[in-house]
Amino acid sequence: MGKTLFEKLWAMHAIADLGGGVGLVLIDRVLLHERTGGVALESLRDAGRAVLAPRQTFVTMDHIVDTFPGRSDLTIMPTGTQFITATRNAAHAAGLTLFDIGDPGQGIVHVISPEQAIVLPGATLVCPDSHTGTQGAIGALAWGIGSTEAEHALATATLRVRKPRTMRISVTGRLGTGVTPKDLALHLLARFGAAGANGHIVEYAGEAVRALDVEGRLTLCNMATELSAFSAIIAPDERVFEYLKGRAYAPKGAAWDAALEAWRMLFSDADAHFDLDHVVDAADVAPMVTWGTSPQHSVALDQAVPAFDGESGRDTRDAHDRALAYMDLSPGQPLAALPIDAAFIGSCTNARLSDLRRAAAILKGHRVAPHVTAICVPGSTAVKAQAEAEGLDAIFRDAGFEWREAGCSMCFFAGGESFGRRQRVITSTNRNFESRQGPETRSHLASPETVAASAIAGAIADPRQEIPA
Amino acid sequence: MSGTPFDRLTAIALPLVRDNIDTDAIIPSREMTSVSKKGLAGGLFAGWRYLEIGGRDPDLAFVMNDPLYAAARILLGGRNFGCGSSREHAAWALAEYGFRAIVAPSFNPIFRGNCIRNGIVPVELDGAAVAEIAARVATDPAANPVTVDLLAGTVSLPDMGPKSFVLEAESREMLIEGLDAIELTRKRQGEIDAFREKDAAARPWIYL
Repeated sequence: MGKTLFEKLWAMHAIADLGGGVGLVLIDRVLLHERTGGVALESLRDAGRAVLAPRQTFVTMDHIVDTFPGRSDLTIMPTGTQFITATRNAAHAAGLTLFDIGDPGQGIVHVISPEQAIVLPGATLVCPDSHTGTQGAIGALAWGIGSTEAEHALATATLRVRKPRTMRISVTGRLGTGVTPKDLALHLLARFGAAGANGHIVEYAGEAVRALDVEGRLTLCNMATELSAFSAIIAPDERVFEYLKGRAYAPKGAAWDAALEAWRMLFSDADAHFDLDHVVDAADVAPMVTWGTSPQHSVALDQAVPAFDGESGRDTRDAHDRALAYMDLSPGQPLAALPIDAAFIGSCTNARLSDLRRAAAILKGHRVAPHVTAICVPGSTAVKAQAEAEGLDAIFRDAGFEWREAGCSMCFFAGGESFGRRQRVITSTNRNFESRQGPETRSHLASPETVAASAIAGAIADPRQEIPA
Repeated sequence: MSGTPFDRLTAIALPLVRDNIDTDAIIPSREMTSVSKKGLAGGLFAGWRYLEIGGRDPDLAFVMNDPLYAAARILLGGRNFGCGSSREHAAWALAEYGFRAIVAPSFNPIFRGNCIRNGIVPVELDGAAVAEIAARVATDPAANPVTVDLLAGTVSLPDMGPKSFVLEAESREMLIEGLDAIELTRKRQGEIDAFREKDAAARPWIYL
């Protein structure tokens, strides 16, 4: 019997079997951000413990820091500064690499890590952030943890991990024109539900996945946590190796050659067994949008808000009704042409250079509807710089978008900024939970293309349709 | 740090059997205003518990504000409880409020780990069992206290025989003993150092 990629990585990192399906696993990289990093580092220090592998630990400012031009340590939330300064001081004291405000390496943790090759194929990487599985797109075993577990990883370079079950989702065929990795992620959520991969490590495979560029793969893996997965992974290939080559923390010279040889062995064997094995046809995927308050509340953009389906086993009636009331929608109501108040392009899901390029291609020569507040927040300072070098910032600005500094921003009310009560937002982010983008905001998740097309229309719009001049 | 040791608890249970309750609902970002693990109980379920965002006037329609459940120490939840953000503040807020066990059909893996690290027992029972317990509790919460027995691995009520649940030995032991995981792991420091040394020779690109 062959082994899955996950099983190979687990075996490479298993220091000891602790019994009952729990292993002591070697951790190669720890990433921290200012919302939970400061707490973890201070708590570690208070316990008189040191960071065991400081050179393998990286810290960035993304979760609390605001994204207004000319920003400082101040945030709208009066106490935000404490998170920033506590994390900075603790990172310096522990001798960690910090990508601080103003540093060209600063940005959203899951954007800067691949960008600088901090994450590498075959590595184990943890971060006190649920979207850490994003980095599985590089072929790493990367997963999100809590702050207490982060302290454990920092202090011992290990974690005590309950071994996840394995799941493969093979996507056959090719995504259609104008259908994006984000639409595929939302399609999988609609199909498998918010608990569809609960406790599993999901390996994405198949022709449609192999055809994705690295940034598209990062988007796909990003949303596995919305399936309640332990994490996601994609076998690394030449496209990934090409992407990593020459980046800041990638191995160089002979070390690169040795690494490459090892990385080429990272795939699931043909006869490997997965606990769950699903096949999805890429031809079934259309541009998607969410209607409710869970990412599983996704439908094709040309469909209507669904009625409660007790047979689906996905929701309780209570949860479905509450979602409708919160979103101020009724079953049967079409989503296309639903008026919006705001549009947001950003987050670890969809704020990489290719996302901004595709959104800009739609925005070019158009203006957002007069009543729409539109904001673009690049995923990293490097993405922002490259976008500006290509003139994308001018396209966003000319269209009526605010052009911001890099950070998590209004994916979740970072630093206390909000779209406002009962405002309806079309957003390229990953969660549409109640009050996620600020108190009482109503979030509709979609691809950056759909956000751009909707911003122009002033209502939810299909990006594949020609925009009236 | 782990929480207070847990063996057996008999307490009033709060039924909140809704699927996919996320950690943003358990504690909204706006309630996490300080670099601390403390002072979070007031923000627990803030979006549902209070009439106004940021306010503290209770919404009496929300079950948690029913005086019958004021002494609740066990929470009954729906499927995929604790999904979403990894914020450990959710577990800290639940623990500070007084919850020591959550009974639900399934948990998000990160949230489940956070519970175990903070002395909250995540009890997995199938949906029908959770619904049955919730229905019995709702008839009279004080007369139908729920017992979570971690030593026996069972959940029972006065008129309901024990239902078994499974928790991996590692987590069970940590909860019962109130052990600190870092201290446990440090006992293996020699083993870890030897493993890293050998690994550094095999994968030098990992060791910056």
